[in-house]
Amino acid sequence: MKDFPFLSILTFLPLVGAAVVAFIPRTKAELAKIVALGWSLAVLVLSAVMWAAFTIGGDRFQFRESYAWIPSWDARLTFAADGIALVMLLLIAILFPVVILASWHDVDQSTRSAPAYFALLLAFEFTMIGVFAAADVFLFYVFFEIMLIPMYFIIGSFGSGQKQYAAVKFFLYSLVGGLFMLASVIGLWALGGHTFDFAELVKGTAQIDQNTARWLFLGFFVAFAIKAPFFPFHTWLPDSGGAAPAGAAALLVGVMDKVGTFGILRYCLSLFPEASRWFAPAAMVLAVIGIIYAALLAVGQNDLKRLVSYTSIAHFGFIGIGIFAFTTQAGTGAVLYMVNHGLATGLLFIVVGMFVARRGSALVSDFGGAGKLMPVLAGVLFFAGLASLALPGTAPFVSEFLVLIGTFSTHKGYAVVATLGIVLAAAYVLWMIQRTTQGTLNPALTDVPAMSKDITLREKAVVAPLILLLLVLGFYPKPVTDVINPAVQATMQDVGANDPVPAVEAGGKVGG
Amino acid sequence: MESLQLPPIDYGALLPMLILFGAACLGVVAEVLIPQRARNAVQLGLALLAVVAALVAVVWQRGTRTITIGGAVAVDGPTLFLQGSILVLGGVSLLLIGERSIERGGAFVSQAAITVGSQKDMQQAGGRPGATEVYPLTVFALGGMLLFVAANDLLTMFVALEVFSLPLYLLCALARRRRLLSQEAALKYFLLGSYASAFFLFGVAFVYGYAGGIQLDVVHEAVANPQRSEVLLYVGLAMVAIGLLFKAALAPFHVWTPDVYQGAPTPVTAFMAACTKVAAFGALLRILYVAFEGVRWSFQPILGTIAVLTMFIGAILAVTQTDLKRLLAYSSIANAGYLLVGVLALNEEGLSGTMFYLVAYGFSVLAAFAIISLVRDADGEATHLSRWAGIGRKSPLLAGVFTFILLTFAGIPLTSGFTSKFAVFGAAVEGGQTWLVIFGVITSMLLAFPYLRVVVLMWLSEPGESAPTVSIPGFLTSAVLGIGVIVTVALGVVPAPLIDLTREASEFVR
Repeated sequence: MKDFPFLSILTFLPLVGAAVVAFIPRTKAELAKIVALGWSLAVLVLSAVMWAAFTIGGDRFQFRESYAWIPSWDARLTFAADGIALVMLLLIAILFPVVILASWHDVDQSTRSAPAYFALLLAFEFTMIGVFAAADVFLFYVFFEIMLIPMYFIIGSFGSGQKQYAAVKFFLYSLVGGLFMLASVIGLWALGGHTFDFAELVKGTAQIDQNTARWLFLGFFVAFAIKAPFFPFHTWLPDSGGAAPAGAAALLVGVMDKVGTFGILRYCLSLFPEASRWFAPAAMVLAVIGIIYAALLAVGQNDLKRLVSYTSIAHFGFIGIGIFAFTTQAGTGAVLYMVNHGLATGLLFIVVGMFVARRGSALVSDFGGAGKLMPVLAGVLFFAGLASLALPGTAPFVSEFLVLIGTFSTHKGYAVVATLGIVLAAAYVLWMIQRTTQGTLNPALTDVPAMSKDITLREKAVVAPLILLLLVLGFYPKPVTDVINPAVQATMQDVGANDPVPAVEAGGKVGG
Repeated sequence: MESLQLPPIDYGALLPMLILFGAACLGVVAEVLIPQRARNAVQLGLALLAVVAALVAVVWQRGTRTITIGGAVAVDGPTLFLQGSILVLGGVSLLLIGERSIERGGAFVSQAAITVGSQKDMQQAGGRPGATEVYPLTVFALGGMLLFVAANDLLTMFVALEVFSLPLYLLCALARRRRLLSQEAALKYFLLGSYASAFFLFGVAFVYGYAGGIQLDVVHEAVANPQRSEVLLYVGLAMVAIGLLFKAALAPFHVWTPDVYQGAPTPVTAFMAACTKVAAFGALLRILYVAFEGVRWSFQPILGTIAVLTMFIGAILAVTQTDLKRLLAYSSIANAGYLLVGVLALNEEGLSGTMFYLVAYGFSVLAAFAIISLVRDADGEATHLSRWAGIGRKSPLLAGVFTFILLTFAGIPLTSGFTSKFAVFGAAVEGGQTWLVIFGVITSMLLAFPYLRVVVLMWLSEPGESAPTVSIPGFLTSAVLGIGVIVTVALGVVPAPLIDLTREASEFVR
């Protein structure tokens, strides 16, 4: 079972699907949708089998495959997954069918071709899986760059509002980050022993002198900080999230932005341990600023999709401090946060998309009392909001709590300030829900016939798996943390960070 | 008195050039003998046949490493690789030049000397068959280029420079449409080119004064054991370099490029962008690596500054362009800057990386100009950017191919643009020229913007009122597009075979 080439098949399967869907004539839109959904479900099944085949407590990297590609540069098609990559791959595999189902009617009104949209979604899944499955820095870079192209066309061709502006801004921001990383990748290759293999490089980078390593770190970090995005590189996300179709926006923040935090964990920390420790305070400061600043902006937003984008930036601040606190607890919390955020914010975006599709507007002020017309859908929005603000009992609570206590043990100040973010999260979520679904009914809403149509069967099928997962992982996150934990421990070992000894042993008495 | 000894000549090594020059002379004769109706087909066939035969000769000679004909010509790895590249790219360009189905009579005028705007001029613009001299001229230019990259002494190099430049000046003036622009381009190119040649020749004189010889190994020897004033050396090197930098379109000797690229008939522009670049950088590589390698510490910073300047000028001015041919011209200037980064690595990786880049870029740029030749209105090609708005709606295939080519120029992975940039940047870091790589990366960011603007325009903008028509490409243009795209993809996805080939070829004989 372990010898089955899971990762390469998982990577290229959606690409084949994209090609198949792209060749379906645009008059047969329904067929294209069904094929796309079926294909993404096949990917889900395969990744579930892979999850089952993963040995917890086994090697750090499993399912390793390596094929020759460009021998003179020693760039190889190497795939391997550690626990962190594995949970991200499963998250991707879960989110794509959900999003495809959620986007079922998104293109029906548009003049653009429906098969093209679903082909782009599958092509995007290919790049997403590839970027998490790659264990060769060159291959990782390739996926890191080409993921822009499908998303660019999804935003630019199928978005709404200022879609052209948003698409170009998205592309340029990411490309600039990517080119910084390219400079670092070249430097890494030249100085780290003319190889791109991750495991070899971890050894090879030890010889790079301190100053150079810091510059190389910076190249990677800027690329990932733009992708994540961290303050102050975040301004593209509200534009893209606001303009993209809701399903694609869910993928944008739910999956693609995780590449940034994943990249920091995998590449920045393990390849440049000294530089990571040196830059950690600065990164923590940026993360904390991001939490507070984005939360404040979210409070003030009148556009639902932009609001969700800002909440996402705030959440990425939490992931950031979790990573740079350098404790296993915080690190595990950060990775778990990545998964839970994908589920919670993905759900929030999808539900917001259902509201927007009915109303034909994303402005909060165009709603008001919508819950009276659609009680069930309003309830789902309420649940998604609560999950997003990390209510105990939902999955994000576990991860936020882990991040905060893990950070508190080494960086008390940051943890305390970050906690303020939770209060603000309650403010922006609850206020948004109050203004859209509660209170007196906005009379304009009764004129829109779609607004009195409550959740459909298809939409129930979309939200049900996400709600279920959020609840299950809220009460029983162990299956996921068990997978994540060894990988995070190995990463912390690479960084050379030791977990603080619990106060019980150090002080001889129970702390607090 | 001793009788004059003829130097031994290795005819096998010279065969590719002999074939081309012979075929070009034959083409001139054919121009007189063949009746008008059959001339185009015969000339195109003859030219293609010559190119293929020369290519076969190059492949046949692939193991040759020799200096022949009295030290004038060096046939070694880089020579053969670059000759092969020039022949392949030249053959593809010939297909574009031979295209007659897009416009009645083809892209060339039948008589360049007719006064612009006169009655006769109107008539010939309306569809008289185009000149067939273009084929022998192109073959002469190709032959000159082959000699240029093989020249082992500075005078042979000068002669080769003139042999390939003069036909190009003429070809620039032969556009069927926008005759004045075309003539202006030719005149500008001719005047500035002559200055550059003069500089080159003057420089050769200085180097001769310094080294007492013009063969590259003699110069190398003199640089290693200086006997005379270094001033002669540096002035000579600077002037020789100016001549080459002009041909390679490097700043500040790039000003002719946008005008010439815009004015010349599009197939000729494509030919220049692909083949002249290979020839110019081939010669630059040989001179710097073989003759002046000993003073690398002196020229590296200066040429490095030129590379940075070139990349910035190309990238920044590309942002401001509103004409596609000019945009591609500035992009080609920026690409010349990247190529110079590879040259300045001054190591084996730099040599092989630069050669890889030249081939990869050549194919992409040929495809790009082939596409430009397809989008037309009543006045010929519609090259203004605004005319391309919304073209993706009407012709998704054409817009898709052009998008792909633009992404290649922007250096997105899985295209040849990325692998070639990686090759030269990697070599430069190896060679201790990290600063050039940093500037290269920064300018790549700037340069992404104009490309992206075209992509946005094609796909996301609404079509304008008088949208140009997209011609159905004839067989020859389709072939060029197909070859260009396939090679661009192949070199992006599986670059290993070509990289290995450039590595095997990356050793000069001295």
